[in-house]
Amino acid sequence: MTDLIIAILSTIGVIAILIAAIGILRMPDFYLRLSVTVKAATLGSGLLLFSLAIFFPQVSVTTKAVAIGFFLLLTAPVAAHMIGRTAYLIGTTLWKGTVRDDLKGMYDKDSHRLSSSNKDVQAKQAAAGEGPDQAG
Amino acid sequence: MSLSLYIDYVILPILAISLLLVFIRLFKGPTIVDRVIALDLLITIGVSIIAAYSISTQQSTFMDVAMILALIAFLSTIAFSFYLEKKDQDD
Repeated sequence: MTDLIIAILSTIGVIAILIAAIGILRMPDFYLRLSVTVKAATLGSGLLLFSLAIFFPQVSVTTKAVAIGFFLLLTAPVAAHMIGRTAYLIGTTLWKGTVRDDLKGMYDKDSHRLSSSNKDVQAKQAAAGEGPDQAG
Repeated sequence: MSLSLYIDYVILPILAISLLLVFIRLFKGPTIVDRVIALDLLITIGVSIIAAYSISTQQSTFMDVAMILALIAFLSTIAFSFYLEKKDQDD
């Protein structure tokens, strides 16, 4: 019974990881790659670590597996947000099929501060024609 | 079919194929941020491989390595994004 549960959980997890790997290879854009990769890979690793926690009867191993899964779950969104913000700030081009870019003109070019409705920053950047181009 | 055989012949080969696909993106990657997330995904798949291998061999020794790998993946992504942003700001 336990073996069946472990087999099902690890199969779902490994399919999620395979989808993440195919996604990072096939997606046309850095931001789409990021959005596919982080969620699917975290789900897959979490499920495999959970099946590992079920498999071993010792409390120490189970605790370690749950701790690794919790750590991955905690750090993956933070790392993804940081690298996505950096990619936008250094001007990674968007996919040509992107229909909407809410961040365009919202970052101050010099201080890298985000402002939600700063009119003079928008006016300055609209005048200078800054921001990542939508040609990709 | 025992669980160990299932892990050895189904789970680990699929994980290896995923590693190969991510390696292609790591070599091709048009920008450096693509390579950074490919590296992050490689280490995450490495953690999964360690989990599957531990189930297959019934040894829990490798779990410490998985913990260190998860830590390194997070820290390397944070460091890469920090210094890439610094480098852009200095130009």
